[in-house]
Order: sequence, then C-alpha cells, then structure tokens
Amino acid sequence: MPHLQGSAVTQITKIVERYKDEPTPLMMILEDVQKEYGYIPLEVQELISDLTGVPVSEIYGVVTFYSFFSLTPKGKYVIGVCLGTACYVKGSQLVLNKFSEILNLKPGETTEDGLFTLDVLRCVGACAIAPAVSVNGKVYPQVKPEEAIKIVNEYKNKEAEAC
Amino acid sequence: MAKIETIKTEKQLLDKIEHCGACLEKKFHCQDGHRAIVICGGTGCLSSESAEILAKFQKIIIEKGLSETVTANIVGCFGFCSQGPFVKIFPEETLYTKVKMSDVEEIIEKDIVNHEIVERLLFVDPVTKQKVQKQHDINFYKLQKRDIALHGNDEINPEDIDEALGDGTFIALNKALHMTRQEVIDEVLKSGLRGRGGAGFPTGRKWQFAYNVESEDKYIICNGDEGDPGAFMDRSIIEGNPCNVIEGMMIAGYAIGAKNGYFYVRAEYPVAVDRLKKAIAELEEAGLLGDHILGTDFSFRCHIRLGAGAFVCGEETALLNSVEGKRGMPRPRPPFPAVKGLWGKPSVINNVETLANVPYIIREGAAHYASFGTDDSKGTKVFALGGKVNNVGLVEVPMGTTLRQLIFDIGGGIPNNKKFKAIQTGGPSGGCLTEKDLDTPIDYGSLIAHGSMMGSGGAIVMDEDNCMVDVAKFYMTFICDESCGKCSPCRIGTKRCLEILTNICDGKGTLQDLESLKELSAVIKANSLCGLGQTATNPIISTMAAFPDEYRAHVVDHVCPAHVCKSMTQYHIVPDECFGCGMCARGCPAGAIFKTEEPSKKNPRLMLHEIDQSKCVKCGACMTACRFHAIIKK
Repeated sequence: MPHLQGSAVTQITKIVERYKDEPTPLMMILEDVQKEYGYIPLEVQELISDLTGVPVSEIYGVVTFYSFFSLTPKGKYVIGVCLGTACYVKGSQLVLNKFSEILNLKPGETTEDGLFTLDVLRCVGACAIAPAVSVNGKVYPQVKPEEAIKIVNEYKNKEAEAC
Repeated sequence: MAKIETIKTEKQLLDKIEHCGACLEKKFHCQDGHRAIVICGGTGCLSSESAEILAKFQKIIIEKGLSETVTANIVGCFGFCSQGPFVKIFPEETLYTKVKMSDVEEIIEKDIVNHEIVERLLFVDPVTKQKVQKQHDINFYKLQKRDIALHGNDEINPEDIDEALGDGTFIALNKALHMTRQEVIDEVLKSGLRGRGGAGFPTGRKWQFAYNVESEDKYIICNGDEGDPGAFMDRSIIEGNPCNVIEGMMIAGYAIGAKNGYFYVRAEYPVAVDRLKKAIAELEEAGLLGDHILGTDFSFRCHIRLGAGAFVCGEETALLNSVEGKRGMPRPRPPFPAVKGLWGKPSVINNVETLANVPYIIREGAAHYASFGTDDSKGTKVFALGGKVNNVGLVEVPMGTTLRQLIFDIGGGIPNNKKFKAIQTGGPSGGCLTEKDLDTPIDYGSLIAHGSMMGSGGAIVMDEDNCMVDVAKFYMTFICDESCGKCSPCRIGTKRCLEILTNICDGKGTLQDLESLKELSAVIKANSLCGLGQTATNPIISTMAAFPDEYRAHVVDHVCPAHVCKSMTQYHIVPDECFGCGMCARGCPAGAIFKTEEPSKKNPRLMLHEIDQSKCVKCGACMTACRFHAIIKK
C-alpha cells in the first residue's frame, strides 16, 4: 500500500481496534473512516480487509451499496438539497436546478477547487420546513431558488475571510 | 453533571420516580413564584436557531439574577413545526410561536418579570384571526391525542433521565417484570397493537413467534431507518423521549427472552442518535440497563447501529444484513426473522413508534389502550403531515379519525385558497387518496380498501398545482435510485416504468404507454422479492386509478393540466395585466422577453412585453419577477 501515509494507517488501525469486540463491525468501521477522511478509497479498503479479514471484494460491495460512503473525496462544503416528497411538492427540484446552475455541477459532483459538492438528499425529516437544504449538516429552512446564491456566497465569503 | 444514582431495586426505582415526579410537578405548577421556560428542540426548530435561543435565555436569566426562580431547558418536538420555534412558559402554559433571537429580552422582561403576555408572539388562528394563548386551545392540537407515542414529547427534557423518570418512564417495565413473559405478550396481543412501520402485522404475534423458539440468544431490533421521504415521526419520537422507546424495547426484550437490543437509526438523524446514545449511557450508569435489572433475573443491553443511506434497509431482512455488515439486500422468507434473524438467531424487528406504544399498553392496560381506535386498528397513529397544507407538523390522532379531520381541522386546510387534490399516504409504497375518500376513517383496513396504505405515516397533501403524473415519476425516480438490484422485476421493471413516465412528462407519450405501465406494474407487484419491490408501483397504480383523465390529457392532448410538465407548458404575459415595467425581461436568463410597440393599458407611457416561445427555457423566473401577476402558465 504505497499511497497511504503512516499516520493514516495508524488512525485506521485505531478505528478498527475500537470495534474489535463487536460481532460484525464493518459498517461501524466504514462510517468512522468516512467521517474522518470524507471518503474510502481502495487503498483504505485493502487495509481494512487486512485488519479485519473481511475480503476486499465484500468491503467494496458494501462501500458502493450505501450512499453515505464515497470512493472519491467530497468538497469542503457538501450542499444537500432535499428531494423528499414534502420538499419536492413544494418545489425543491427548482432549488436543486438553481444550485446546479450556480455551481455548474451535476448532483454528486464536486467543484474543481474542492470547495463544494452538490448532493441530492432523500428526506432529512425536516418536512415542516420544506424545501430544506443542508450544508454540512446545518439545515436551511424554506429555501427559495433565488436564495441559492446567498447560501453559496455565505460559504465563499467564509473561505475568503479565512484566507 | 451530577453523578447518577444507581437504581438496583424496585423500591429504589419507585422512590426515584416519586421524587422526580414531584420535581417535575413542582416545575410545571411552579409554587413560590417559580417559572419554567421550555423551548422546542426538534430538528425543524433547531434549524431556526432554537438552541441559540435557549442559550440566550439561560444567559439573560443569569445576568438578571433570576436563576433561583426561573429555569429554561429544551424539550422534544411540539409537532406544529410550521409555527416554530416554540417557547412555552409555565405555570400559565403560554405558548409563543415563531420566536426569534431578538424576542428573548422582551419575553423575559414582559412575561417573566412583569407577568404580561407578549401578545404579538401568540398564535393567530388563521380562520377567526383570534390570538390563542394556550397550546391546547389551538385547533391543531384539539383533535389530537398526543400522550401515547408522543408521550412526554413537548414536556420533558429529552437529555435528562430524571425528567423521563418523573414522567413515569419505567413504571411499565417494573410492572412487566412482575408478569410472566407470556402474560406480557398476551397483554400486547389483547391491546390490538399492530406494527407502525408499514405492513401492520400484529406486534403480539411477532413476539409470540420469537418467544416460542428455543434459543440461548435472541435479539430485539428497533427499526429507526425511516426512509419514506416525507415521514419524520420516528425521528421526533426518539428525539423527544428516547427513554420511552428504550423502555418499550426492554419490555419486548423481556417478553421474547432477548438480552440484547439494537437500534438501527438513519445516519441522517444526528440529533436522534446523540440523544439515544446519551440516554443509554445514563441508564447503564444508573443500572437500569445491564445485568439483573431491578434485582430480577432480567439482563438487557442496548446497542446503536447507524444506517448509511439506503432506503431498502427499512425492510426488515435487509436491515438485518446491514447490521451484519453486509450490503442491505433483502433475504428470501421463510425462514422468518422470528426463527432465523440477526446472526441466525430468533429476532423481532419492531418500528420505533410500535415500541413507543408498548409502555403505555403495559402501564394503562390493554383494555384502556384498545378503547381508542376502530375494530381493526387500535390506539393512535402519528402522522407527519406535510406538503400543501397550512399546519405542517407531527400529529398523533386516534385511529378512525377521518382524512378530512386530519387535513382540514388539524391541518387547517390548503394554503392560498387552492383546491385540495390528493393526499399521499404510505410513502413510495402507498397511494393517493382524493376528494371522495376524505371521509374515510384512518385505519389499516380502510386505507387499503381505498387503494393506499397506512405505511409509516407520511401524509403529503397536494393541491391543484401538483401534476399527478409528475408525482408518480418522482416516486419512480426514488425507487429506481433505491432499488437494491437483487431481483430483476424491481431492478429492471422500475427502470422501464420510469422511462415511460419520463416520456409521458416530456410530451411524447401514447395511449399504448398507459397499457404498458399497467402491465409492468402488475408484473413487478407479483414477482418482486421483498415488500418494497412488491409495492414499488403503487404510486403509479393509484394515480392512474384516481386521475385517469390527467394521464389521458398527457398522452392524447399532450397537455399537462396542472402546468407542471415543462415540455407541455408555456408562459404567457396577459396583455391586459401587463404594466410594461420590464421586470420580467430583466429577470429572464434566456433573453426571451421583448418589448412590443403597443402601449400598456395599465400604464400607457410604457410598452407591453411579450415572450418569444422559441427562446423561452421555462424557468419561471419571469413569473417570480412580475409584481402584477401578469404572467400565467398555459
């Protein structure tokens, strides 16, 4: 595994250790790795396979099955537009289209500067405040298409300030 | 945080409950001039800064030296999410709605210090225009019965087990531990409780199957993978009163003989997961989870597993695979999970709401529980009322309440004087009910008889502006995305359905398409492996049955009566209404709006505008930009 840094190996080994007493810990391990690094590339899957004895083919199957796991890095800010029924009937498709247009991304894609990922969410359970948009877990209520630019700028400004 | 006392015997439990109950009583009835402020902590209100509002209350209370007499804490969900964030003041039970950060000082100054009501923050009844001071006088709450599944939800602090104990949590567990396991199962059977997750299988019978199987290890699993888009009752139940669900799980565990329980919760619900984790940790510390609970032979532990974003994991056998660290694909049945479930051991999978009903049944008795509801469905049901309805939120009603009461009395009708078109119940597995079904009492049997189903309790209201073909297409897109791919009828069939529906919405449909849809739907229904596949085409079947004319209009006349399907919709400027201001032209991203030579009738100094249909991209920006409502869809 030439691509993995020593520190990553240590960290992932620590995550696997955390669940050594659980009967079938694969999902828990993957969730923690996804949270820590934002994606689960093949090299990491191979390492997990070595550490747990679960065949890498099976791990790959699991990683690609669940939408929370990603093979490629996500942007720093993940903009999720809810397309649950309550949001959809209140026009969230138009909100998604607007974000798509502003960021020039299809859902699932990440901007070249690695700042934004545009995602489709399947109901965050915030139906009362539909259409809902979530950015890194922060939920924006009753978003109108014309407010999309405001949300994007909020994070762009945050970045500019940090520089 | 104070150290948690251990509760190892029945006496200690009862003493603790009495003590905490008295504390809670004191808090709500507020003797000696004490006041209590509670703030909604549901996801909806949290997104409108309710946590920050709480922090500000706490800060000001300290600054003003009121800490001795005034408390402020978060509670679960008030359910009336479209009016949140809520602040409720005890003992008067004054309910303030849509509270903002800037309102905090005024509430403290006027209400807490001077005992005056802040009139402008009271709920205004949309019909009578009267201000309503108390929660239970608001129409939204009047027809509800919020003390079974949503028990404690807008009263107790979900992050404080003392408040849960004071509210009577674990009385039912203690009672159950004095009964034999069979007696507990019989009680649940007698109550008529049916699974709240969708299919409505009698809970007691599920337990009986697992009880009957001899095994050293058995498991009880709480299904909190609430994947139906538009449903959020499980999330609110866990967020609002996690101890109640844990108690339900423990009673189920005792009844079937399980020592371990697993909560499977969607990763999309971080607040619910955190509160559940905290409650489990505190109960373990108190000794209410662990070995020899309350000095009996009953030992029980709770574990949490997170979903990872797969709708199909709500299907119980797929859920088992997911807990086992596999792809969440359904298993063929038999063997049923009650015989061979998690890690091959007998397992019972119950929905969150189902388990939340159990403590009430044991505490108050099956007969009392069964006094609510209809012949075929007992108790209450929680609905997530959403979509085009005035009062959006979480509603708990006795079974047998009619859809009309749900939508018009509790829900307050349709916004903007639009006409009611349909209500979709049961999520992607359910169907649409229309005007003629409005007086149907809500229970498992009658909803199925009318072509829909109870499902987990999503209830999305649609008005005349929603196109039913588009809605069917929406559900099919969802199902195609989420089909696990194991069996071909679901994997390939739903894809074909989506292609046909997309064609119809693009204005390229034919009558033959409608026949193909019917045929495909029947094949998918009959041949899919799991419940999700078998019900995947219900949205198509039910919308085709209820709105045949709308489908025909799409394929024969190639028009979309609701003006939703873009290819069949045109934007027009009504010359009589146009002011000639040009706002529409400035808002148009395609440069499709031009000024004519003709003066506006409303303002002859300016010229009428018109849309060049060949350039129009149908984004609707002009319609939003026009302040005179002069732009219409045809």
